[in-house]
Amino acid sequence: MSLLVIRPDEWNLPLLLHVAGAMVLTGAVVVAAAALVLSVRSDNDDRYPLVHFAFRTLLFAGIPSLIVMRGAAAWIESKEGLENTDSAWLGIGYATAEGGALLIIIATILAWLASRRIRTNPDGPSMMTRISMALTFVLIAAYVVAVWAMTTKPS
Amino acid sequence: MDWYDTLLYLHVLAAFILVAANVTAWAMYVGTAGGSRPSPLVRMAPMGGLLGVVGSLGVLIFGIWLAIYVKGYEVWDGWVLAAIVLWAIAGYAGTTLGRGYEAFRAGEAPAPSLALHLILSGSILLLLIDMIWKPGA
Repeated sequence: MSLLVIRPDEWNLPLLLHVAGAMVLTGAVVVAAAALVLSVRSDNDDRYPLVHFAFRTLLFAGIPSLIVMRGAAAWIESKEGLENTDSAWLGIGYATAEGGALLIIIATILAWLASRRIRTNPDGPSMMTRISMALTFVLIAAYVVAVWAMTTKPS
Repeated sequence: MDWYDTLLYLHVLAAFILVAANVTAWAMYVGTAGGSRPSPLVRMAPMGGLLGVVGSLGVLIFGIWLAIYVKGYEVWDGWVLAAIVLWAIAGYAGTTLGRGYEAFRAGEAPAPSLALHLILSGSILLLLIDMIWKPGA
């Protein structure tokens, strides 16, 4: 059995934005990963729309929700007075948010380049699609770890 | 990591999976322009359905388990009952969407409506608000 902990009401809005941003971010990366997997497995006609959709999903849903998640994290961190705390769970959160930001930007650029290449040469190789897909898998794995760190808060 | 942490992690992870199912439904809606054009994105329908089943069942099972396990919460608390009602609404919308996209993919029916997508997203958003504010707790 565990005792409930009540947090102050003024923490709720930044927490909502942080969690909702993280959820939409994860969903966007899952959809982009699925579109890239389908593209790799597809014939020529389907490759372009799938890779282009993955690119647009990362650009218009993934990156904005990453900004909301990270901005709200900073907001709630200041409300909780955690700026100077050296906790493991915060470290994992920072590493995932900031390392993940770099990976999502690279995956977005690669998906964009891959979609341009496929549009001009539908029979061409799909190395950039595959690298972008691999990066989305790494991101999903990192987000699963981050959810664990944020909920269990290991010291 | 104690038992409470494990239950909370699984509950929250299931919520993330449920939202991923919701984003998949929106991807199919946007990709097909509301069903007005064919798109290979409808091949995501089985994945969306699987994510929806795993996420919604996980949220419910681990959520009720937490309500029983944590001293101070009860399953009959107002905010928990509200969450169960919202879960049922989301489950209805999600199941209808999943079946709808499978039928659309097979060419047997038009794509699911925008209203169903909005009901699913709205109920999940209200669930999240309910979980964070816990009104009456």
